[in-house]
Amino acid sequence: MQESAFLVGQVFNGISVASLFVLAALGLALSFGLMRVINMAHGEMLMLGGYLAYLTISIVPGPLGIIVALPVAFAGAALLGAVLEFTVIHRLSARPLDTLLATWGVSLVLQQAARNLFGAIGVQVVAPSWLNHTVSLSSGPLEGLTLPYTRLFILLVAGLVLGAIALLLNKTRLGLYVRAVNQDRPVAAAMGVNARLVDLLVFSLGTGVAGLAGVILALLGPVTPTVGQSYIVPAFLVVILGGLGSLVGTTIASLMVGLFTALIEIFVDVSVAQVLLLVFVIIFIQFRPQGVITVRSRALEG
Amino acid sequence: MKISAKYYVGAAVLLFGALAPLFVNSYELSLLGRFLALSILAMGIMLIWGEGGILSLGQGVFFGLGGYALALHLKLEGLNIANGDMPDFMVWSGVSSLPYFWYPFANPWFSLAAVVLIPGIVAAAFSWLVFRRRIGGVYFALITQALALAFSTLLISQQAYTGGFNGLTDYSTFDGYDITSNGAAQVIYLITFVIVAAAYFFLRWLLATRWGIMLRATRDGENRVRFLGHNPLPYKVGAFTIAGILAGIGGALFTLHAGVVSPALVGVVPSIEMVVWVALGGRNVLWGAIAGTLLVNFAKDQISSALPSLWLYGLGALFILSVSFLPAGIAGLFKPGSPEERVYRRILNRRKLETAE
Repeated sequence: MQESAFLVGQVFNGISVASLFVLAALGLALSFGLMRVINMAHGEMLMLGGYLAYLTISIVPGPLGIIVALPVAFAGAALLGAVLEFTVIHRLSARPLDTLLATWGVSLVLQQAARNLFGAIGVQVVAPSWLNHTVSLSSGPLEGLTLPYTRLFILLVAGLVLGAIALLLNKTRLGLYVRAVNQDRPVAAAMGVNARLVDLLVFSLGTGVAGLAGVILALLGPVTPTVGQSYIVPAFLVVILGGLGSLVGTTIASLMVGLFTALIEIFVDVSVAQVLLLVFVIIFIQFRPQGVITVRSRALEG
Repeated sequence: MKISAKYYVGAAVLLFGALAPLFVNSYELSLLGRFLALSILAMGIMLIWGEGGILSLGQGVFFGLGGYALALHLKLEGLNIANGDMPDFMVWSGVSSLPYFWYPFANPWFSLAAVVLIPGIVAAAFSWLVFRRRIGGVYFALITQALALAFSTLLISQQAYTGGFNGLTDYSTFDGYDITSNGAAQVIYLITFVIVAAAYFFLRWLLATRWGIMLRATRDGENRVRFLGHNPLPYKVGAFTIAGILAGIGGALFTLHAGVVSPALVGVVPSIEMVVWVALGGRNVLWGAIAGTLLVNFAKDQISSALPSLWLYGLGALFILSVSFLPAGIAGLFKPGSPEERVYRRILNRRKLETAE
């Protein structure tokens, strides 16, 4: 295999990991922009999506199972998200740090529930046969480059979701409300925006998107009770790098984290890559403490 | 002058703690010693979280740095390094010579100093880098969690140098003294007890000084502190450094009691568990941090051995309930005027009314 093909393959890997991060982090970032709270149980929405995919495919076998699983996982995770927002997060949102701890408690309960229901070892989702192909280049400058269909499928889903959410935020009335509450909650509320409802809708939209990411995770490996945990810490770092509630910022930050990890792993092992990623984030915030995209505001306390 | 009841309670607790080796059996004494070591760390969390408003989800890192700093020495004890002797696990992993960073730890005094200095320096450097760009609140909590994750995965992956997943265990002596006997356990317990008391009185004093007032002011209104012409950075970095040092000392003592230090004690989950001890005990009250640590850990010891899955549900519920309904913790129940105390009193009064009727 050629050097350049390996490099391009690694960049491609980075982008496909980044597209998972963006799906996982999007809900966190949007809700953080609105309510200034972080949902530590967000990783369990990925897990829920994975298990829902497993259940759907066992009911609807065949090539279309995975396509049916996507809306099912979205709806299931969005519903659980709405319940969580209504019962825990909204009650505590005046105390962001306490929200963090309470939602961590929720995440422990959900993990244990999954362990009791499905077992600690995890379940395997078999990718449909139409995803079991690879694109291989056997000639030209990138000879030896292979791109699995599953990775391309991830890119496709992430692209569609990002496009849909960009449309929602920029072209619909709900999107207008979201941006308004994001910029100035009291003024938006005074203008008649139901900020409470906007919070609830955005939160459950975000958890729904995380559920979609869970379906994709299920294609890549077994779904275990702690599957969300391995993706959630990078997703938190994406939120920090991305800036408050910005779609573009979150996307750029996901690409940064995904590519950084994929490229650094050429030289060092996975655990050292994790340390270097943290070092990278700490250095980055020395220069841009507000993240990639800064919303200009006169407010002192963000 | 009338001495209020709480001083009698305090004196009784001190007396009980000091005399515990006389009437508590050795297993329970070892548990109590372990949990008291953890409570040193918990007092640090009380300082940064309750008084400084800084939530750290990575105190396990400093706990681990302290624990490993001592454990490196304990592993080298009795080995002839000049001869090329190496700890057992390195021989098994096929390391050819002792890694350079292990050498200084052959000296017990270096190791004891490192227990304090390494967590202190790491905590100071890390918090300065983050706080100087005014990153705080939720962001800081998330970065500390990433720190805990990075630290524990690094320890696990560098198996040949750190003992990997199993950590460092199987110690026998410290500076020539046997540390495994029953008598040694009592001495270690008493040392722990004295350090807990010293940390308690030090923090009590510290929080009453001008510095403590400024720390609370920073928690309540960082920008107002700035407007008044003060720089909040030294208070936040200082508090985080003290908390890191306390965590390191707690880690070293815990290592002595438990006879092991491993990544399972320093990762993401244990680090956040440490916060719930303080949340339950009371984040604004020093004795609350100690009481919460002892309470949660004794409960964990009882429940998790019998019903492990119940313990995780219980821990999750503890997080949700203590934060939602008991924000000032158990200690809040005893604090006149706190919301918890008012609810508690209302229930009591209602009972009285009912009996009166």
